[in-house]
Amino acid sequence: MSYIGIVITYVFIQNFILVQFMGLCPFIGVSKNSESAIGMGVAVTFVTAITSVVCWGVSHLFLIPFDLEYLQTIAYILVIAALVQLVEMIIRKMSPGLYQALGIYLPLITTNCAVLGIAVINADNGYNLLESFLAGLSAGLGFTMAIVLMSNIREKLDMTPVRKVFQGVPIAFISAGLMALAFMMFDQSLLTNLHLV
Amino acid sequence: MSVVIAFLIVGILGLILGFGLAVADKKLAVEKDPKLEELEAAMPGANCGGCGYAGCQAYAEAVYSGKAPAGLCSPGGAALAEKMGSILGIEVEVKERMVAFVFCRGNGEVTKTDYEYRGMGDCNAAALLQGGPIGCKEGCLHLGSCIAVCPSGAISKDEKGNIVVDKEKCIGCGKCTAVCPNHVIRMVPYAQEWICACSNHEPGGKVRKACQVGCIGCKMCETKVADSPFKVESFLSSNDWNMDQSNAAAAAEVCPQKCIVRRS
Repeated sequence: MSYIGIVITYVFIQNFILVQFMGLCPFIGVSKNSESAIGMGVAVTFVTAITSVVCWGVSHLFLIPFDLEYLQTIAYILVIAALVQLVEMIIRKMSPGLYQALGIYLPLITTNCAVLGIAVINADNGYNLLESFLAGLSAGLGFTMAIVLMSNIREKLDMTPVRKVFQGVPIAFISAGLMALAFMMFDQSLLTNLHLV
Repeated sequence: MSVVIAFLIVGILGLILGFGLAVADKKLAVEKDPKLEELEAAMPGANCGGCGYAGCQAYAEAVYSGKAPAGLCSPGGAALAEKMGSILGIEVEVKERMVAFVFCRGNGEVTKTDYEYRGMGDCNAAALLQGGPIGCKEGCLHLGSCIAVCPSGAISKDEKGNIVVDKEKCIGCGKCTAVCPNHVIRMVPYAQEWICACSNHEPGGKVRKACQVGCIGCKMCETKVADSPFKVESFLSSNDWNMDQSNAAAAAEVCPQKCIVRRS
């Protein structure tokens, strides 16, 4: 698959939130306003992209030469946890405001299955270093797109008369379901039609 | 052998990452002002939320950045406010200590019962059923939701079934005032002695039917006593804390319902 094909796949066709339903916790938790949604998206994108590269390195330097592929999950989680710590330090240093806004969801990127998901998907598909990096980056971008769209919808929803039982998270989940429906229009035929396969 | 290799590989990986993080932590360390650290150390650490902030640390940061005044902490009281002021080098206005008080003396003996309540032991649940099992719809339900939320164990039930607050133990966080469905438990100044212990705003006749110790709004406390701190509004007497309290005892004396009580 071409590089553009990988980007389109992970941003649209296999969008992590709206198609694969990974990482729903920050998707609902941090999408109340678009500012922190963008911050969360950038943080996740950073982590997925770096994770893809580092996990590829760990896999090819440590695991495959020693026949230790069965340790994949534990090694990846180790890498992800360390990376998230690093991102947390960087954000705390660079932008205390964003650090406050992200709150508990920042360390929770560690347990965000989107991050482990992209590392495992890379390994399963046998991507090379550049392909892994692109897949990680575009998975993060897809996440960012979904969470920013969602935050804008929720900002509008705040000013809309919603029935009391649906206010807040329930209507957010309904909106997310409708967005996921819309994303079902992207499928493999998109790649075929664009002559990318 | 493969076990040893696996052990080594994961160990080495962990070491590399750990070392990297340690270096990053030093490089990216955020310097904290020693004043802020001192403030955080001075906080009582109850994390009660009575100041309106998420916890002691959040409040210390707010005070440090000048977003909040120093005297908001009830558990710390005046001593903490002074200490915070001396750390920051500012003058601190000490807030009067507020403690919770139950504005109701009704119980099974003196208050009418509308129906027998057998639901869960929670005031908010009981209040959903026709405003609760007791005849007075603005009175204490005695199911002890305030006892459950009190972080300092200051609220208890006495032998008659009334809910009482130990004013020495009360840290003034205000959690009980928020949980009470009838807003019967409210904050009063610590030094306050005489309080009209009733919350019912209904006219006298209705109150009399429901409860023997309720305020009937007769205005005796207001009119029969010169310079009385009590004032009757919508059939309920209340003490104006800011007024001179010297005649409060006399007002309690003339109250026909004896619902103006001296707090122990």
